[in-house]
Amino acid sequence: MLGSGSQTQGAQSKQSIWFRMHIDMPLLIGLLVLMAVGLMVIYSAGGQEKALVIRQVTRLGIGLIVMLVVAQINPMSYQRWALPVFTVGVAMLVGVLLFGHVGKGAQRWLDLGFMKFQPSEVMKLAVPLMVAWFVARQPLPPRKRDLFVGAILVLMPTLLIAKQPDLGTSLLISASGIFVLFLAGASWRLIGFFGAAIAAFVPVLWFFLMHNYQRQRVLTFLNPESDPLGSGYHIIQSKIAIGSGGLWGKGWCHGTQSQLEFLPERHTDFIFAVFSEEFGLVGVLALLAIYLFIIVRGLMIAAQAQAAFSRLLAGSIVLTFFVYVFVNIGMVSGLLPVVGVPLPLVSYGGTSMVTLMAGFGILMAIHTHRRLIAT
Amino acid sequence: MMRRRVAIHDTHAESRLFTRRALVSLIVVVGMLLLLVFNLYHLQVKSFSTYQTRSNDNRIRLLPIAPNRGLIYDRNGVLLAENRPVFSLELVPEEVDDLGQTVADLAELLPITLEEQEKFLESSRFSRRFKRLPLKARLNEEQVAIFSVNQHRFPGVYIEARPTRYYPYGDVLTHVLGFVAKINRKDLQRIEEAGDLANYKATRDIGKQGIEKYYERFLHGQVGYREVEVNNRGRIIRTLSVQEPVAGQDLFLNIDINLQLLAHQALAGSRGAIVAMDARDGGVLAMVSAPSYDPNLFVHGISSKDYRELLESKDRPLINRATQGTYPPASTIKPHMALLALEEYIVTPSTRIWDPGWYQPPNVNRRFRDWKRWGHGWVDMYHAIEQSCDTYYYELAHKLGIDKISDFMTKFGWGEYSGIDIHEESRGNMPSRGWKRARYNQPWYLGDTISVGIGQGYWTTTPIQLASATAIFANQGKHYVPRVLKSFQTSTGTLAVPADERPPVVLKQEKNWRPVIDAMYGVNHKITGTAHKVFSDAWYESAGKTGTAQVIGIAEDEEYDEEKIDERHRDNAMYMGYAPLNDPRIVLSVAVENAGGGSANAAPIARRLMDYYMNNTSLLPEFKPEF
Repeated sequence: MLGSGSQTQGAQSKQSIWFRMHIDMPLLIGLLVLMAVGLMVIYSAGGQEKALVIRQVTRLGIGLIVMLVVAQINPMSYQRWALPVFTVGVAMLVGVLLFGHVGKGAQRWLDLGFMKFQPSEVMKLAVPLMVAWFVARQPLPPRKRDLFVGAILVLMPTLLIAKQPDLGTSLLISASGIFVLFLAGASWRLIGFFGAAIAAFVPVLWFFLMHNYQRQRVLTFLNPESDPLGSGYHIIQSKIAIGSGGLWGKGWCHGTQSQLEFLPERHTDFIFAVFSEEFGLVGVLALLAIYLFIIVRGLMIAAQAQAAFSRLLAGSIVLTFFVYVFVNIGMVSGLLPVVGVPLPLVSYGGTSMVTLMAGFGILMAIHTHRRLIAT
Repeated sequence: MMRRRVAIHDTHAESRLFTRRALVSLIVVVGMLLLLVFNLYHLQVKSFSTYQTRSNDNRIRLLPIAPNRGLIYDRNGVLLAENRPVFSLELVPEEVDDLGQTVADLAELLPITLEEQEKFLESSRFSRRFKRLPLKARLNEEQVAIFSVNQHRFPGVYIEARPTRYYPYGDVLTHVLGFVAKINRKDLQRIEEAGDLANYKATRDIGKQGIEKYYERFLHGQVGYREVEVNNRGRIIRTLSVQEPVAGQDLFLNIDINLQLLAHQALAGSRGAIVAMDARDGGVLAMVSAPSYDPNLFVHGISSKDYRELLESKDRPLINRATQGTYPPASTIKPHMALLALEEYIVTPSTRIWDPGWYQPPNVNRRFRDWKRWGHGWVDMYHAIEQSCDTYYYELAHKLGIDKISDFMTKFGWGEYSGIDIHEESRGNMPSRGWKRARYNQPWYLGDTISVGIGQGYWTTTPIQLASATAIFANQGKHYVPRVLKSFQTSTGTLAVPADERPPVVLKQEKNWRPVIDAMYGVNHKITGTAHKVFSDAWYESAGKTGTAQVIGIAEDEEYDEEKIDERHRDNAMYMGYAPLNDPRIVLSVAVENAGGGSANAAPIARRLMDYYMNNTSLLPEFKPEF
């Protein structure tokens, strides 16, 4: 259904001016709607301050430009860049650990003199790029050896970022790599084995690799009421905000939890709580529908891609996008422990948004450069 | 395995493989989205009311508003206790940029001591956020004006006007009204036990003594609430609703402030107590205990130095002598003794007893001396009361025995709480065999009975008891409980407090009242009466009895010489009486410590008060309360 339905649509849209500009209209509309929702909620959560909204508009503008620029590049040329970008990225991650700038108790930034730079953002695209390129060289489904190398390629940056420590990003990056391997056709048995290995790894993670504050987050997640004023405060206030929104919400700019500042990090990681408080379950369903629309559209683009590399890359980008959504909403509503993952394209903030938009640019490029690829 | 391997790229197979995997992914995505939706449905629909409540608990605070304390007036509507705004300088640390600098700047403007500054800075460290903290208490009007002019320089600094109790008559009414002061831990415990904690949420002061304490329930009122919305730091954003407090009820006392002032002035410089009661209902017209002190000191928190001075003063000003001072009643109880003797057929009014100047019971080797060394000669009941013959009563007491005396006197309220509406009260002591056994583990001796016969020995009384027992005489048996409260304000009007009666004293022969009352009339109005000099020119008829109480025992053969004795060992002057003789209105009891004889030192005070009351235009003391 997915494949056959979209084939005709792609053929029609190739005629349009948008197609020639390498823009996928349905995807763009989905993204713009999300951005508009985001700006509305930021305006409310930021205490009706216009400056905040203007700054976010600027960032979104930059994001859109980046997306457009990336969309113009032939996706097959990315294959050439996969290895050098990945290598430099890993080198920079090592550099961050050695000379990185400490902010908020974690080493995430590399000071290049004229600007601060977060190499992990580059890795969000470099890892799927690298893994997709690596496995797509051979016929699919990949051999066990290739899968093994692919797994190592995923694990390396993941561990380096987890060490910074940035649990959220390392989670996203490992997911993006694993998605490539899954979409490439890794056997179910191997996937089962892999899952078991992760389960076995959990105690090791808990006792040897996690920082105290990370353990605290997990403990708080399991029982937020145990420390209502300390680390449980975020999640308790967030659940109160969501729950008190009810079916229809308290109305735009009328959420008491956000307007009276009981909710922490209202316009960044916890913006979903503000949204659900003010727009209720009905608003939430609409928002999730937009996300689902973007994901479906993205998977369609991936399925229609002609080269295996493009398919894997596109599919990984889309599924990683969903991981953002799921992890963010899951943590804000108390299903998952608090990890620093923003609600994509809605949360205030630039860095990860620009990376996401670059990803969507790749999707558009994959979709609109099909004609130019030899069949 | 699941799939067959293909040697080289099989585009179609790869595409199909991808599509399958993508479909699996999409199904998982939709499943996970449903999981999210299910959880959100649970939060927003199933647990909606729980979270709505918690959200409101977050943002809505109830701020209690203290009710205004009820005012206290005298019987004629003169204000005795009011509420005045007291200004204090308060500061919200969160609203001030540089706390230390602001305090220093304020100290330049207003006389804030270093001690006050340090105390404030200390307390600011531990206070709740956005709470106003007092920096300087009790600003005078000039200081308020100085600050108001400079207020723009001090954001976050406020002048708070709090209604605070003020007693315009100062030390004149201290022991009647008592005072309010800051609620302490013990008060709090009592309030909690009464289940009244919520009502006192905003209240700072509570009645500590006197009327203020006894009628705390009436005076306090009902707390109000302001429902406000606060943000996460506790800062008030807006007021949602207000429930106004209900002010306490205003009280009207039986006290006549002019009579009170007169009594206060009469005891100026002495130690003692005066009680004036309305004979017709037991209303307390005046009640003075001297020396007194300014209750306003306690309202603002008395300094420990001042308090120690009051506490350690030899004059014991903190004691309410009118209700707590226990004095030997001395000869003031002779009418009661005479009445008992008539009831028991020991004597008739005209029965005469020989007084050689002493009484010696048979087979006792001790003489009990009369105050008149050379004796009164032949004495009947009238003579014995008018001239206060001791020997006569020694013999009556001897013949009556302590059991009958004790039983009878208890009916007049001796040794019992008078029931006045003030908590600070002593019972005095009406001795009996059982009491002495319990108290000293000793048998009762004849000598004890004989001392009791003239109101000495183990018998002690409070001025309020004496007044109450006199009122029973004035009413020929009717027993009104002394009441300070006359009426109080309710929402529908003024409600009078009904007179409180105890079982009356019923005589076996009602006719026995008359001769004793006639004799009491003689005390004041017959030429031989001990108070005749004082009352001879009165335009009304009255009844009374003087008393002179020994404070130390005088040996049998020793002479009482006022000059030689330490001031504090001199006799107490006592007086009880009422006027007018028929249809009595005012009852008085007077006790002046170490003043000497009752006829010369207590009766004149009673005369002055009776004069005022009988005339209402007599000389009033100069007194202007500070307003």
